[in-house]
Amino acid sequence: MSKPLKQVHLAAHFPGVNNTTVWSDPRAGSHIEFSSFVHFARTAERARFDFLFLAEGLRLREQGGRIYDLDVVGRPDTFTVLAALAAVTEHLGLAGTINSTFNEPYEVARQFASLDHLSGGRSAWNVVTSWDAFTGENFRRGGFLPQEERYSRAKEFLATANELFDSWRGDEILADQETGTFLRDAQAGAFAHTGRHFDIHGRFNVPRSPQGRPVVFQAGDSDEGREFAAAEADAVFSRHGTLEAGRAFCTDVKSRLAKYGRRPDQLLVLPAATFALADTDAEAEELAREVRRRQVSGATALRHLEFVWNRDLSAYDPDGPLPDIDPHVGDDHLSKGRAQVRMYRDPLATAREWRELAAANKWSIRDLVINTGNRQNFVGSPATVAKAVDDLVQADACDGFILVPHLTPGGLDEFADKVVPLLQERGVFRTEYEGTTLRDHLGLARPDGPRSERAAS
Amino acid sequence: MFSTPPGHLHLAVALDGTGWHPASWREPVARPRDLFTAAYWTDLVTEAERGLLDFVTVEDGLGPQSSRFLDPDDRTDQVRGRLDAVLVASRVAPLTRHIGLVPTVVATHTEPFHISKAIATLDHVSTGRAGLRVQITARPNEAAHFGRRTVPRIDAHDSPAARQAVTDLFDEAADYVEVVRRLWDSWEDDAEIRDAATGRFIDRGKLHHIDFEGRHFSVKGPSVTPRPPQGQPLVTALAHDTLPYRLVARAADIGYVTPHDADEARAVVARIRAEQEAAGRAAEPLHVFGDLVVFLDEDPATATARRERLDALAGQPYTSDAPVFTGTPSRLADLLVEWHGAGLTGFRLRPAVAGHDLPAITRGLVPELRRRGVFRRAYEAGSLRGLLGLPRPANRFAAATA
Repeated sequence: MSKPLKQVHLAAHFPGVNNTTVWSDPRAGSHIEFSSFVHFARTAERARFDFLFLAEGLRLREQGGRIYDLDVVGRPDTFTVLAALAAVTEHLGLAGTINSTFNEPYEVARQFASLDHLSGGRSAWNVVTSWDAFTGENFRRGGFLPQEERYSRAKEFLATANELFDSWRGDEILADQETGTFLRDAQAGAFAHTGRHFDIHGRFNVPRSPQGRPVVFQAGDSDEGREFAAAEADAVFSRHGTLEAGRAFCTDVKSRLAKYGRRPDQLLVLPAATFALADTDAEAEELAREVRRRQVSGATALRHLEFVWNRDLSAYDPDGPLPDIDPHVGDDHLSKGRAQVRMYRDPLATAREWRELAAANKWSIRDLVINTGNRQNFVGSPATVAKAVDDLVQADACDGFILVPHLTPGGLDEFADKVVPLLQERGVFRTEYEGTTLRDHLGLARPDGPRSERAAS
Repeated sequence: MFSTPPGHLHLAVALDGTGWHPASWREPVARPRDLFTAAYWTDLVTEAERGLLDFVTVEDGLGPQSSRFLDPDDRTDQVRGRLDAVLVASRVAPLTRHIGLVPTVVATHTEPFHISKAIATLDHVSTGRAGLRVQITARPNEAAHFGRRTVPRIDAHDSPAARQAVTDLFDEAADYVEVVRRLWDSWEDDAEIRDAATGRFIDRGKLHHIDFEGRHFSVKGPSVTPRPPQGQPLVTALAHDTLPYRLVARAADIGYVTPHDADEARAVVARIRAEQEAAGRAAEPLHVFGDLVVFLDEDPATATARRERLDALAGQPYTSDAPVFTGTPSRLADLLVEWHGAGLTGFRLRPAVAGHDLPAITRGLVPELRRRGVFRRAYEAGSLRGLLGLPRPANRFAAATA
């Protein structure tokens, strides 16, 4: 027992566009009004969480050529909400998903540097990519970036943004009213980048921000995604929330760091996690079952099955058996704008596996979808959940969790009030913020910019 | 056409760094080291709100400020660097309650889809107080910051090539505003139904693809962000000549113009109204605001001396596209009332020194205007449209299907 206790990192994902969110609950509030975001952020900050996290989607999901209407639809702009939340919180990190395919480095770097200034050093960027022409139809660059180009562009995008962040060292603004020297260096912000995706040069016009650069998150489970995380990210959002899968993922991704000259503790692994909390374990189990039923209506179950089958299954009975026809395998997918679809890389094998599962358990279509997706990671009393969270972190299955409550905006309240104090009692979670920036919360060093990097290389 | 009380004028301030005079940062009140903090901007906007102003605009640009018209300079004696205006406005929104927030947006290099959802969100965050000031840029160095297009170099002469380049940029800006506006309408107000019985969160019949196809870009839609509280946040633009007058007349809710006397104001308003008629928008409310740079002091000699002191520090007399007013709040109030009579519905004042001239507006000019019975004594509406006497527009797509 000589090993010191690891500290748990906790973050909160604002519940929105997915079928985890139980919008039909009478307690479910607005997912758009700012008061919802304020409630959620203040709960996370009251509980001393590391950060709040916003996902992003740049086109509304469609299925069978029609806008998908069964989940929450619509969300606000990431930067705008985070900047506003900076006004109503003091410590909480503010993490936004921003696409590297349908943006340009100069603008995104300005926005993150501005957010970092306006929040006193609390910004984080979840770098994502998109290759689908469907989303591209909303943007000037339009249609298509081939799939093989997406990480190439993302990597160069991030590298270019870092060049822009580093184009100010942080000591250029003298603002000496006596001598009339505002800038120490006339070349502050000068940059020039020539690469495959970007050929830009000039002057960046936002001075170095409190964190130097935003914290960088990444969320991709493919080999390329893991490599990108190991090379570039400060934290990786995984979907491996169980002991074995978590350990395997941690071991794999952390072992990739050395080749980039990084230590294992320079990348945090944070799986997304849902939970069902009640006074007793039995009540929590009952609640979890109830929530799953509400997350997966009959219609939702059929639509979900269509992700794999890639066929219109509306004629099927969700309370009946699985279709005996095989999935349609093709490039043009019935379901558009949805990340989940890519999880089923071999639809024929998935369909076979699901039919076997359903037959063995006597599951209907809806039973199958309920039992194969969205199972709560943590179910139990506060004591049970606190122990489970702590155990997974101590066992090196991850460094903490991004909690995804099923209710907007109050879904985090009970966790904050009942589970966090138990984690604090266990000595694995902070009782006060120890620093002011998100890098402080995550135990990450501040990048010193170009000078130190030159010295190190 | 407007529901603003008869005789009342509207008042906005344009915030830009430490103020519009390039040496403003050297004034003791200027706080140049705080320019990149939230507190600096919050203090300015709350001061403007204390004066019950209609709104603030926040300047922006996609490159460093420059003393030259089209090119960057290497000066170290002026403020360089600024924060993203939309984020500044959002950061301040929860700390204010009534004042409108109108950040600058550069149409030439940004995405109308992103800006539409950002301003819609600013409207949600501020519960109905958002607008934007649309701007073009013809600076080659700013194009090089994006690297996906070149902007033809506009020489100083009024050559046909230069005219064509500017025409193209304004046409593109008009398309940009059209896309932004269609996206704001792409959700009908009651699209979110949360119908637990059928399991439908939205009525997808009330969401609309906008299917915009233009010369510069095409956008499918609908927006990912529901229709903002004002329906249509305010679109505003600065205009100095026929092309931008046309953009204002076609696309804006407020145009900022820069006449130098009452007669010129009358003429400019007439030109914009004529363009409005030509665009088939004659019946729609459109504000025309006069822009003025102001140096305000209780003693006119003090104001003049301050301007001269700043000019000496800058090494040259200050000039501007807008008229520059130097004098007392009382004299400025007289002038605004006179120009108001010439057809300007409001004014956007550019404080020469933000830390000095903004409080002079809120604590000096505003009481003078009230004394003349032409400015509000309390915020009388909950939204920026309400303050400006503009109705909440019907949704164009809802009207089409009704």
